Amino acid sequence: MENDKDVLEVRNLKINFNTYAGTVKAIRDVSFDLRKGETLAIVGESGSGKTVTTRSIMGLNSPNAVIDSGTIMFKGQDLLKKSRKQMDKIRGRDIAEIFQDPMTSLDPTMKIGKQIAEPLIIHKGMKREKAYAQALEMMKLVGIENAEQRINNYPHQFSGGMRQRIVIAIALVNYPEILIADEPTTALDVTIQAQILDLMKELQAKTNTSIIFITHDLGVVAGMADRVAVMYAGKIVEYGTVDEIFYNPKHPYTWGLLNSMPTMDTSGTELPSIPGTPPDLLEPPVGDAFAARNKYALKIDTEKQPPFFKVSDTHYAATWLLDPRAPKVTPPEPIIERQKHYAKLVHQEIDKSKGKHVEEQEEQL
Amino acid sequence: MIDYSDENKILQVEHLKQYFNIGKPNEVKAVDDITFDVYRGETFGLVGESGSGKTTTGRAIIHLYEPTAGKIIFDGQDVSKLDSKKQQQTFRRNMQMIFQDPYASLNPRMKVKDIVAEGIDINHLAKDDADRSKQVEDLLETVGLNKDHSSRYPHEFSGGQRQRIGIARALAVQPQFIIADEPISALDVSIQAQVVNLLKKLQRERNLTYLFIAHDLSMVKYISDRIGVMHYGRMLEIASSDEIYAHPLHDYTASLLSAVPVPDPEYERARVQIPYDASQEFDGKERSLVEIVPHHWVRASEDEIPMYKKRAQEDSRLKK
Repeated sequence: MENDKDVLEVRNLKINFNTYAGTVKAIRDVSFDLRKGETLAIVGESGSGKTVTTRSIMGLNSPNAVIDSGTIMFKGQDLLKKSRKQMDKIRGRDIAEIFQDPMTSLDPTMKIGKQIAEPLIIHKGMKREKAYAQALEMMKLVGIENAEQRINNYPHQFSGGMRQRIVIAIALVNYPEILIADEPTTALDVTIQAQILDLMKELQAKTNTSIIFITHDLGVVAGMADRVAVMYAGKIVEYGTVDEIFYNPKHPYTWGLLNSMPTMDTSGTELPSIPGTPPDLLEPPVGDAFAARNKYALKIDTEKQPPFFKVSDTHYAATWLLDPRAPKVTPPEPIIERQKHYAKLVHQEIDKSKGKHVEEQEEQL
Repeated sequence: MIDYSDENKILQVEHLKQYFNIGKPNEVKAVDDITFDVYRGETFGLVGESGSGKTTTGRAIIHLYEPTAGKIIFDGQDVSKLDSKKQQQTFRRNMQMIFQDPYASLNPRMKVKDIVAEGIDINHLAKDDADRSKQVEDLLETVGLNKDHSSRYPHEFSGGQRQRIGIARALAVQPQFIIADEPISALDVSIQAQVVNLLKKLQRERNLTYLFIAHDLSMVKYISDRIGVMHYGRMLEIASSDEIYAHPLHDYTASLLSAVPVPDPEYERARVQIPYDASQEFDGKERSLVEIVPHHWVRASEDEIPMYKKRAQEDSRLKK
């Protein structure tokens, strides 16, 4: 990994929550990097620890969260060692977040111009007029029409999609290095969702912001992400480039996720589903947390946690199935189809890098 | 296979209008003259963006509102003309609803067995306490829970399990018709598939008819036999789910389908979204649902019919 390009390094993060029922081990040893200008998608079901991970980056975890171990390095400094006051300075300037619900993440009693200008006034000490001028520019950038008039409107005067544009404008007005987007389009209709996603991609190309994108919609991931990390029960179980995760998935949980989402072409009487529910993190299982729901589980899965096995330089998966001693399993049919497709893609890449295209070769034969 | 003959219609919605705040400046035409039929044993999917009137349509069908105009005929009877208490009770038994939010739709102070048995009690469907418990246990088993769950409270369950309790409650009175309003959108992906499989299994076993309201188009396509597309309170297109995806005739349908994210990175990179200009719906022309090809209806004006007919012959506008 080229460390000089990493803007954020999370290492061995463990977070527990003290509750009346006991200690919930919400994040169990999570490590990842975020590179300059990339979009890293974190996928997984509720309770898998996606949001807790990003909350720790923002320093926004609830008071009963205990950081057991780990570091979050940003610009050579450990964010976990920062005081609340120091985090206040970073939040909204270097790292910003877009929340899921545009209806509740804006202040209903404040005109939107002020809400967009506020980060500039607070973090950059800008004068009101200058901050408002920049807020206006930002409104135009995120595609709010009649920005000059609308700057004096209140949030309730905007539709859901427009409100999410305002939230994006607030997050990006300081050109942060890192943007955390926690299910930013889940509350929106598909047509509006497509607009917001396009807008995010367009702004990222202009500002070179790194985005951590949290979602459970694999369709959105396919369209947005450069790299994907799949989380399950407080751990990352597989990560790789978007092509590797979609076309050459290795972890049975990733298989299950990909299979249980119907595409426009899915038919048949039954959708392949993942049986059961995620484990209770009050007492996480000893071995692979997914073992109980995994029909490919081996004996060792119940005894020992699998380490990360390397699939390629960019692709790692934590499943015992990748151990050389493991029996060969046949993944579900649709996954084999995906892998065939991947093989073809890789093949094309290799041919391209040789300077010869497959078709040219065929012509010569 | 579903029998699409007139005798097999279980629900007829005729020129339904549902307005709110009538006569006031903030009058809302939530549902504005829609007509469609649902046949026994099928799943009719209702899609559209928020505010398109799909939920209002569902709630009007189950008679939570008095329609502003139009008729809803269920099993041969006009829903607005159920006079006696007995008729109303029978109607409520035959038509049940599953709600979107599994957290808000179960009474937190009631035990699961009492939630599920509420309909059984009201309709006197149990001979005695033992029979009531037996029915509840059977229902819980049907939806994939076990009888130990019956004396717990809703907060002890996950979202997917709660949605199963909601389904068990709906099934308790042995309905023929179930309105499912976004039943899976609050659930995780891996749990969504479980609940959808359960709904399909119950449909096969009990010959249920579903009105499935949702905005997740790929799931609607999967579960529905036919789909109706709503926009601004109007029905724009009705066809079988395969047909509507293969040949979306209305521009709005094509635009909506082209916006659905597909879990395939290559497809996503090449995606072209079809824009939609809603002003074409407001050009003042008289429009109604027209059957362009057999079983494929589009809201069209007289002069648009040839254009749609031509479109139906062409290849799909959405690329594969």
